[in-house]
Amino acid sequence: MSAPAGSPHPAASARIPPKFGGAAASGAAAPAGPAPAPHQQNGPAQNQMQVPSGYGLHHQNYIAPSGHYSQGPGKMTSLPLDTQCGDYYSALYTVPTQNVTVNTVNQQPGAQQMYSRGPPAPHIVGSTLGSFQGAASSASHLHTSASQPYSSFVNHYNSPAMYSANSSVASQGFPSTCGHYAMSTVSNAAYPSVSYPSLPAGDTYGQMFTSQSAPTIRPVKDNSFSGQNTAISHPLPLPPPPSQQHQQQQSLSGYNTLTWSALGLPSTQDNLIRNHTGSLAVANNNPTITDSLSCPVMQNVQPPKSSPVVSTVLSGSSSTRTPPTANHPVEPVTSVTQPSELLQQKGVDSSSTTSSASPMPNSYDALEGGSYPDMLSSSASSPAPDPAPEPDPASASAPASAAAPVIPQPSKMAKPFGYGYPTLQPGYQNATAPLTSGVQPSNPVYSGFQQYPQYPGVNQLSSSLGGLSLQSSPQPESLRPVNLTQERNILPMTPVWAPVPNLNADLKKLNCSPDSFRCTLTNIPQTQALLNKAKLPLGLLLHPFRDLTQLPVITSNTIVRCRSCRTYINPFVSFIDQRRWKCNLCYRVNDVPEEFMYNPLTRSYGEPHKRPEVQNSTVEFIASSDYMLRPPQPAVYLFVLDVSHNAVEAGYLTILCQSLLENLDKLPGDSRTRIGFMTFDSTIHFYNLQEGLSQPQMLIVSDIDDVFLPTPDSLLVNLYESKELIKDLLNALPNMFTNTRETHSALGPALQAAFKLMSPTGGRVSVFQTQLPSLGAGLLQSREDPNQRSSTKVVQHLGPATDFYKKLALDCSGQQTAVDLFLLSSQYSDLASLACMSKYSAGCIYYYPSFHYTHNPSQAEKLQKDLKRYLTRKIGFEAVMRIRCTKGLSMHTFHGNFFVRSTDLLSLANINPDAGFAVQLSIEESLTDTSLVCFQTALLYTSSKGERRIRVHTLCLPVVSSLADVYAGVDVQAAICLLANMAVDRSISSSLSDARDALVNAVVDSLSAYGSTVSNLQHSALMAPSSLKLFPLYVLALLKQKAFRTGTSTRLDDRVYAMCQIKSQPLVHLMRMIHPNLYRIDRLTDEGAIHVNDRVVPQPPLQKLSAEKLTREGAFLMDCGSVFYIWVGKGCDNNFIEDVLGYPNFASIPQKMTHLPELDTLSSERARSFITWLRDSRPLSPILHIVKDESPAKAEFFQHLIEDRTEAAFSYYEFLLHVQQQICK
Amino acid sequence: MAFTFAAFCYMLSLVLCAALIFFAIWHIIAFDELRTDFKSPIDQCNPVHARERLRNIERICFLLRKLVLPEYSIHSLFCIMFLCAQEWLTLGLNVPLLFYHFWRYFHCPADSSELAYDPPVVMNADTLSYCQKEAWCKLAFYLLSFFYYLYCPFCTWISSALTVTPSTHSLDFMNVWWSLLRI
Repeated sequence: MSAPAGSPHPAASARIPPKFGGAAASGAAAPAGPAPAPHQQNGPAQNQMQVPSGYGLHHQNYIAPSGHYSQGPGKMTSLPLDTQCGDYYSALYTVPTQNVTVNTVNQQPGAQQMYSRGPPAPHIVGSTLGSFQGAASSASHLHTSASQPYSSFVNHYNSPAMYSANSSVASQGFPSTCGHYAMSTVSNAAYPSVSYPSLPAGDTYGQMFTSQSAPTIRPVKDNSFSGQNTAISHPLPLPPPPSQQHQQQQSLSGYNTLTWSALGLPSTQDNLIRNHTGSLAVANNNPTITDSLSCPVMQNVQPPKSSPVVSTVLSGSSSTRTPPTANHPVEPVTSVTQPSELLQQKGVDSSSTTSSASPMPNSYDALEGGSYPDMLSSSASSPAPDPAPEPDPASASAPASAAAPVIPQPSKMAKPFGYGYPTLQPGYQNATAPLTSGVQPSNPVYSGFQQYPQYPGVNQLSSSLGGLSLQSSPQPESLRPVNLTQERNILPMTPVWAPVPNLNADLKKLNCSPDSFRCTLTNIPQTQALLNKAKLPLGLLLHPFRDLTQLPVITSNTIVRCRSCRTYINPFVSFIDQRRWKCNLCYRVNDVPEEFMYNPLTRSYGEPHKRPEVQNSTVEFIASSDYMLRPPQPAVYLFVLDVSHNAVEAGYLTILCQSLLENLDKLPGDSRTRIGFMTFDSTIHFYNLQEGLSQPQMLIVSDIDDVFLPTPDSLLVNLYESKELIKDLLNALPNMFTNTRETHSALGPALQAAFKLMSPTGGRVSVFQTQLPSLGAGLLQSREDPNQRSSTKVVQHLGPATDFYKKLALDCSGQQTAVDLFLLSSQYSDLASLACMSKYSAGCIYYYPSFHYTHNPSQAEKLQKDLKRYLTRKIGFEAVMRIRCTKGLSMHTFHGNFFVRSTDLLSLANINPDAGFAVQLSIEESLTDTSLVCFQTALLYTSSKGERRIRVHTLCLPVVSSLADVYAGVDVQAAICLLANMAVDRSISSSLSDARDALVNAVVDSLSAYGSTVSNLQHSALMAPSSLKLFPLYVLALLKQKAFRTGTSTRLDDRVYAMCQIKSQPLVHLMRMIHPNLYRIDRLTDEGAIHVNDRVVPQPPLQKLSAEKLTREGAFLMDCGSVFYIWVGKGCDNNFIEDVLGYPNFASIPQKMTHLPELDTLSSERARSFITWLRDSRPLSPILHIVKDESPAKAEFFQHLIEDRTEAAFSYYEFLLHVQQQICK
Repeated sequence: MAFTFAAFCYMLSLVLCAALIFFAIWHIIAFDELRTDFKSPIDQCNPVHARERLRNIERICFLLRKLVLPEYSIHSLFCIMFLCAQEWLTLGLNVPLLFYHFWRYFHCPADSSELAYDPPVVMNADTLSYCQKEAWCKLAFYLLSFFYYLYCPFCTWISSALTVTPSTHSLDFMNVWWSLLRI
């Protein structure tokens, strides 16, 4: 809370890093004093608010016309908004709305939805804008909201519901958490008459409403703030009549005391736990999200039980409160700030005309949605405190644990983007987001607004506060020692969230979403020596091109970068004065260019620190012409298809052609998009699709030793000009080769031809291969010895057999061509060699073992779904990615699919939203003179529309000097993923057994280092800090993963594919692959369920991966990322089998079942909605296998039960004992 | 000490050692070239430059690979010569490097026929810094051994001169040697 309101440079003051836990006391104090609080908020709040208005949202298509933008603000400000508002809203919100309902376990009456959008609430026309406010202290939120000019805009017509996470935070005394979500929201058509001055009041009211009424709507995904706990457990009493509001606010500080005192009570803990679980459930939902194409998703979270008619309640509440004037007087601060707002707004109006003068006058159009709402990731990574109550014996003994039984993790957040981004003003949205075809919701994802029950009860209060208690407890929760061997239920009931870096609130709020950017240690050790002592891997995990629902896109003539290290300006730089800023990576002082002084958001001059670049840690620049020496390449797609006998027999052509036909119009690209096809068996066939031909011409080249292109100009044709021919070809292809007897496959020459074809432009080559290449260059021999599959000793042939594919990939990479490999084979195809073609050209690899379109329908379905995603997802061409970090740190060893062109520059011919990367770091110089380190990833690419764009992510982390702090900040999931990547490298360069030993040693070393340095109790027991308690479990899971397991029969291709996935998957997907989630689904209830899109999605607790949890009477769903299994026990209730599976009894369930029938029963509906919900959250649709107990397929299922013993591997407990033994040695 | 086979060995190794020193220097330069792309960041991102850069990397790696065998064989030749000349001390000094070279040569990661210096591998910052360190160490070793080969015969002569009356032969040898040093 370092930023005083009045200070001209809030950013600078924000730099001051919070020391670990140091801020707690001050935070608590701040809210109590009413006077200071408002000030504090004013500064940051304004900044943030402005940001949103600045950009319009861009849709993925990037269509957003800049013209609109300029108009937007003008319109907004003009008072006669009423009509406009209506228009905007109607336009925007035509979209289907989602209601997310949360069943809170507590079932408290009070919880109502904050707002409902859409049909149920007739008078609420508007949608929510979420504006992120950085609220430092809870007490002050009112002020903040009032002071924000933009929010006020909204307010005019809306009665915005501002929700602040702060209040809870403040009560905690945890300054860092405070995030302020201001959701400017509900616009009420009914209240158009609200006068301007009163508007701000509306804001306040809105805030009041939210905070006090506790329906707390809060975006589930929030990143920076207070964790979900806080939100959920928010103890606030029922919404008081407006007059009371004021009082309540002030009383916030009072809550603190209550909560603290209450902490010790067991009952409160219970509550807490429940709350947490509830909240988690909500968080999971985020992903909910609808189809990528769908428009803004609004979810209303409502506790179903509280009142049946949610919508009505909302509207009612809003209406009552809307008379804002009463509230208004309450806040003196507000009134003061208002005038300024007005002024600003006027300024905006006037300036709007001038803006057109410059060529691209900073039209900040923000838009661009990912095609995917990243639900999944959000849920996984969103900070949720450990909800698990953890009945752990150790806790009793540990002094700290008693004080903070629940998750003291600073909850924070997961997605900066969902709402991290300041939401758009409605006007902007309107302009930018034509809801046309596949556009994404431009809305901030407010998908999950949670509301919680408002309960006056002390319990809740205490519980909510308990969650936040981190700072005050003597020891942070993440350091609580856990006795691993005695802790039976180590796995929490709900998904594990990314830890939140211990930064001050301002920085936390600005920090990059853990979905895009994660570090294995959220507290960076000061020196390499300290890092070595901790024995933990240090590295970053990146998902840079993730689909985002909202992303500020900045068009500006000058992109401001540090002159010496070329870092892009970011939220963590400090402004020395108005004209100079200091780079946070190299500490050079740079000038602020003239253009940067002008803030297009506010149309004001002299506020460089309020520019969107400085307000968002993830931004996208549209690069100026400096960044390209040749015109951006068009989207070019080439399909290289195996049509040998084997391929025709497998029948993939039908599926591929069908998918292509369906998605031809959805291929990303502009009018220049080109497409081409090649097929090959022992010869290579080209297809002339030149416009003007009556039908496609097939050209056969049989000289595979010296491939040439028969007609270089007409093989890659414009998609739109030759569409008819392309369709003809796609219709004809599946049947063209039905009688082929050619069994050879000349993949190498075909790739050479493809390379020649693509070299002039670059683009994407999709290769479909079904067998071992047997002719021409790059031919391969079978290297797998089936008898060695289950060998425990040496696993050979993990590396490529020939350099051909690697060289080809490098050539392709040089020509900006990526090769994506689809391997659909039933026998060994030497993926280890073939994969090189994708690995080094930044392609991706898909593998469908034993693919057959009729014999193996589940694979066929998977291919179909994968293709749909593959063909329609975003793509970036001729990309390069550079990662920079603060001086003193250095990067070495990158993981992923790319080619490293110079030590810190990754060359990516293509970038796709499903690609993840990892980097290892080392500390070269001591970081003693800095308290923060930053990492910046810049990804420069050509969008499918031919625009050069730069996406920049910046992550900021604190530096610590004590070992305990290092352990407290471990992000165990990130660490595991990094270790997995390192282990893959090790097994290829050395041997698999080396890699396995290294994994075990990683656990042994880190736990023994912890035991000998930090923990001072019970040396005989196997102790781990709470942050590391899942470490051994995950490592064991890795050891039993296909990539690294030994002793279990594993086909070489399967193993290699698993390794490829480890290298190229982003963290969220990788974690699910390593450690699947198991749920019991035969007793789904609505308890804790969430509502998504009018569907109830039950939220069963996670089960540990052990057969001990499988009862014969149950049915279990295992979510392995790319595949789902439903295991049905022999004694499973016939009702379940009949209602959900559609068969009368266990015996009649068929062996191969891959779909759940759509039955009109409650349990079927629940099961299906749960599965659909899980599915929607990931890019590649997983296939479902229903596995009967006793069926041969159950081995597949049981191999994922990693806590159990197998013939070749330890059980979890044995593994712990083994580790303990190693430590004692 | 006469102008023996051992002396011949030293002379030959002196010459070859100079060649190895050049190799080592070339390696250092090559790795430096690989490590840094001397273009401005904006140029680096330019696809045209990307092509050039990639070609450059491949060319350097190709040359590096070409130099591996000559370097290793020259060094093993030293060892064989010193073995034949029964210069145990010199041999002992060279054997560790010989083993290291064997290890490098036969410890190739994959089944692939390529030795080290595979572009994707070598561009890894870790590998690159390792290679660079290796090159510097080798440079130091070769330089030291260069002077060792230069002065070792002299020392042997001195020691033999102290114990045995110098014969005309040894003087002959010394003359040859001195003339060599004077060059």
